[in-house]
Amino acid sequence: MNADAVIIRVRGLKTRFGRQVVHDDLDLDVRRGEVIGIVGGSGTGKSVLLRTIVGLNRPAAGRIEVFGQDLAVLPEAERRRLERRWGVLFQDGALFSSLTVAQNIQVALREHLHLPQPLQDEIASLKIVLVGLPADAGGKFPSELSGGMRKRAGLARALALDPELLFLDEPTAGLDPIGAAAFDQLIRRLQRSLNLTVFMVTHDLDSLHAICDRIAVLAERRVIVVGTMRDMLAHPHPWIREYFHGPRARAALGAPAGLAAVDDRS
Amino acid sequence: MAAGGFSTSQERGGWVLRGGGRWDVEHSAALDAALRALEPAGMRSLSFRLGEIERLDTAGAWLLHRTLRQLAAAGIACDLAELRPEHQAMLEQVAIGDRPAPAVPEPLPPLLAVIARLGRGALDVRREAEQLLGFFGAVSAGLLRTIVQPRRLRFTSFVFHLERVGLNALPIVGLISFLIGVVLAYQGAVQLQRFGAQVFVVNLIGVSVLREIGILLTAIVVAGRSGSAFAAQIGSMMVHQEVDAMRTLGLDPMDMLVLPRILALVIALPLLCFYADLMGLLGGGMMAWLVLDISPGLFIERLNQSVTVWSFLVGMIKAPVFGFVIGLIGCLEGLRVGGSAESVGRQTTRAVVAAIFLVIVLDAVFSIFFSLVGV
Ligand SMILES: Nc1ncnc2c1ncn2[C@@H]1O[C@H](COP(=O)(O)OP(=O)(O)OP(=O)(O)O)[C@@H](O)[C@H]1O
Ligand SMILES: [Mg+2]
Repeated sequence: MNADAVIIRVRGLKTRFGRQVVHDDLDLDVRRGEVIGIVGGSGTGKSVLLRTIVGLNRPAAGRIEVFGQDLAVLPEAERRRLERRWGVLFQDGALFSSLTVAQNIQVALREHLHLPQPLQDEIASLKIVLVGLPADAGGKFPSELSGGMRKRAGLARALALDPELLFLDEPTAGLDPIGAAAFDQLIRRLQRSLNLTVFMVTHDLDSLHAICDRIAVLAERRVIVVGTMRDMLAHPHPWIREYFHGPRARAALGAPAGLAAVDDRS
Repeated sequence: MAAGGFSTSQERGGWVLRGGGRWDVEHSAALDAALRALEPAGMRSLSFRLGEIERLDTAGAWLLHRTLRQLAAAGIACDLAELRPEHQAMLEQVAIGDRPAPAVPEPLPPLLAVIARLGRGALDVRREAEQLLGFFGAVSAGLLRTIVQPRRLRFTSFVFHLERVGLNALPIVGLISFLIGVVLAYQGAVQLQRFGAQVFVVNLIGVSVLREIGILLTAIVVAGRSGSAFAAQIGSMMVHQEVDAMRTLGLDPMDMLVLPRILALVIALPLLCFYADLMGLLGGGMMAWLVLDISPGLFIERLNQSVTVWSFLVGMIKAPVFGFVIGLIGCLEGLRVGGSAESVGRQTTRAVVAAIFLVIVLDAVFSIFFSLVGV
């Protein structure tokens, strides 16, 4: 397989809610095996973009291809097959409230693969520990978890089928810094060993810095720039400057030291 | 790409396991069964040659890890050869995740489980009765407070609910009462005609509709429509912690949610009941006219002789009480919702069942009471 193959191709996307236009003529390419970070101000339509790509919102115009297929024209059965190849973590977890954490993870294993129950249990408890939840979290209901734990449980569910493509909406929001760093590491490792592609909406500068190969900036209803951290730091657009050179950014990226670290990786 | 699989063979250096294909979650069921069936008897060492594996995901790596651990526990020396670096990394990742699963409590023996359930059920009934009583007290206190300080009432909310539970219920309550009036008249006519006493059908309709059927039907319809709606609305607010948010903002859910709803039902139910009485009599009168040739004039005259104002008042007195009970139960069940969507459904069902049950029990109590006081 071509390492640079495009796994998500968005062309001329337009989405709207009533009279509010969220995206207009938006283009984006995501390459196989990369971690792409989507940044943008609150309400610029990052979550909507994610939902549109996975087919939960119908675009008003434009074309979206995932795995080289146009979802809008794909027959239902093909679509279902495609959907099994990606995992989605929603911004607010969106766990099934009447199932325990372990059952939430097992839903896809049971419905799609009909795995035997003992194996399902093993896989569920493995995923639970991998995402950093305590081992006894499996028997708990979502309402009995803390906000950060719900996020992790959502990630474990997104990872249940070991997807090739992972959509994450603010995965580190609500995690403590240690947990967030462990999360970054987990994503990095999974990405390396499974050649995972990750589409990640995030405001976490540390995450952007640590694991994103490329960053796409959403503003003015479009993706205005796509590039590496270095490109971002050098970009003249005022919002991007504010974002990557603001006081928080300086602290997170450690100014010159941060630049050096970016150099090392690229 | 090939399905994941492996073969074992005995070679010069000892046993060898050769794996290949896709060791991933899609093929994990077959791999799981095969690896569990791996017979270590007679092996001293096992060498894993896994270079042919095309894809190793967490499920596949888990199976490999588990097998390695089990073989090691059985005292068999294992070594991994030819493992690709990315698969090695996956295996290490999975090893981090291998923690003993927390012990699941032993299930009770069946007989004991039944007894335990029974006991828990009995305790639940008691707790629920206590809660209902407590809530009744709180709502009564809230209502008294509202009477003393009418400004506390959320007037907008009250009017909104009055429209929902009262005005919007008119079509269904009217239709059902009318039809029951028709049925009653027809069935009564068939029976009474045999004694040549058909004109008494007016007594039958008048007394039964005004005293019992009008109010009971209204209460049951409203319990199904509005009691359930209250429970579901408040319940889903509980799920999303909206009620907690209200409390932290210094707003009393009793004032904001419960009292406007209950008050709306207490006002709406007598009005609905009055309307249901009218429609029931109308349906009965029409049927009497069509089947028994009792003209409207005669119907009204007979009605005048057969029912007293008390027949009407008995129904109307019960109405606000039933409204209160339906609202009380609907709101209480809503507030008892836990964190899940399922519990919204459960409490909503309970709200309807419990409200209808209590309405009928109270109706019986009223019957006894009215017969004691002689009306
Ligand atoms: N279902 C919807 N109906 C109407 N408008 C919507 C809907 N979902 C989103 N929007 C609007 O679309 C815009 C983009 O929302 P979106 O949730 O994508 O923001 P975001 O970039 O993810 O912000 P944040 O960083 O705060 O999560 C917002 O203005 C929002 O009001
Ligand atoms: Mg969002």
